[in-house]
Amino acid sequence: MSRTTLDLWVGVFVALGFAALVFLAMKVGGSSELSGASTYAVTAPFDNVGGLKPRAPVKSAGVVVGRVGDIHFDSRNFRAIVRIDLGEHYKFPRDTSASILTSGLLGEQYIGLDPGADTETLKDGDVLEITQSAVVLEKLIGQFMFNKAAETPSRP
Amino acid sequence: MSALAGVLRRIGAMTVDGLWRLGFATRFFLTLLRYSGQSFRRLPLTIREIYFSGVLSLLIILVSGLFVGLVLGLQGYDILQRFGSSDALGIMVALSLLRELGPVVAALLFASRAGSAVTAEIGLMKTTEQLQAMDMMAVNPIARVAAPRFWGGVISMPLLAAMFSAMGIFGGWLIGVVAIGVDDGAFWSQMRASVDFRHDVLNGVIKSFVFGAAVSLIAVFEGYDCQPTAEGVSRAITRTVVSSALAILALDFVLTSFMFRGL
Repeated sequence: MSRTTLDLWVGVFVALGFAALVFLAMKVGGSSELSGASTYAVTAPFDNVGGLKPRAPVKSAGVVVGRVGDIHFDSRNFRAIVRIDLGEHYKFPRDTSASILTSGLLGEQYIGLDPGADTETLKDGDVLEITQSAVVLEKLIGQFMFNKAAETPSRP
Repeated sequence: MSALAGVLRRIGAMTVDGLWRLGFATRFFLTLLRYSGQSFRRLPLTIREIYFSGVLSLLIILVSGLFVGLVLGLQGYDILQRFGSSDALGIMVALSLLRELGPVVAALLFASRAGSAVTAEIGLMKTTEQLQAMDMMAVNPIARVAAPRFWGGVISMPLLAAMFSAMGIFGGWLIGVVAIGVDDGAFWSQMRASVDFRHDVLNGVIKSFVFGAAVSLIAVFEGYDCQPTAEGVSRAITRTVVSSALAILALDFVLTSFMFRGL
């Protein structure tokens, strides 16, 4: 085989390989917009994080604006401290509240941010004071049954 | 008593042989790296090897990728529709291909298609005393023969694995969307929502790069180290395929446990 045909085939091969990589990067891997961009971190204490995992999405108005950084236990207040990495270009008021929500019935858990009305915006290292814990199904059912039992009038 | 001593002596001999070969392989690898620059100065040699191990493996990689994707589409749909979540088919196909099947199956195919060919070629060169002849002519056989084949494999492997994954996702799409009728938009958007470029795609590329280096090193070394007889060459080729497969699967476990431990 002559040198030029060989070079041509290798060129085609390498071009195909990179085309496949670009396809995987563009068409298949989509949610990488936050993994490279610069972020700022705020923390939020929760009474109960339920099944929240690191890298879970943080959404506001349904749009992904950040990711959960890490989750650890604060042994002084017995609460879970969640670090939230928000995209640099998303600004939120200081009194924004965070709640742990579930997408769908069996879906993954994510943090929803509800913006407040403060004029100052969140900075790196701020703490979200207003939080709402994850709904624990067992507690919900227990509460429901307790209320039901209290409602029914006792028969003589 | 003497039978026991015989068994112990055999175990000892095997251990010493194994260690000696391991040391020789490490020294061979370091020499290969040292002469790599020298072989890169004659780039056409490496390009020729990319042609032989990469371009000629293209057909088997693309066809296997397509079929693996088709099977994943069928099996994934069968399981997911039981939970009413057949829209997640795209996620399942993409993640299993990008993280595991793409790099591993492509590397296994590469080892049996290209690795064995490299071992056979170098082994036959050794049997016909071409390597010694090169040495006589003051041409370093490691720089002239071994290094280009090694780097050809290292460069080809990630590209082949990426094509395998892309072809597999296309196969999964063919079965899921075209044949069964999963929603096209849900297939792609769910996939894009849960596949992360750095975490999934890039880690897959790193995996295939490591596998490429392992397979190429084993193939080149077995050829260089084989007994210079017809039987020795055949044994070396068998060893290449067997130890490549074991190395790929073991390395895959190690890499996976570092990359995807569920955080």
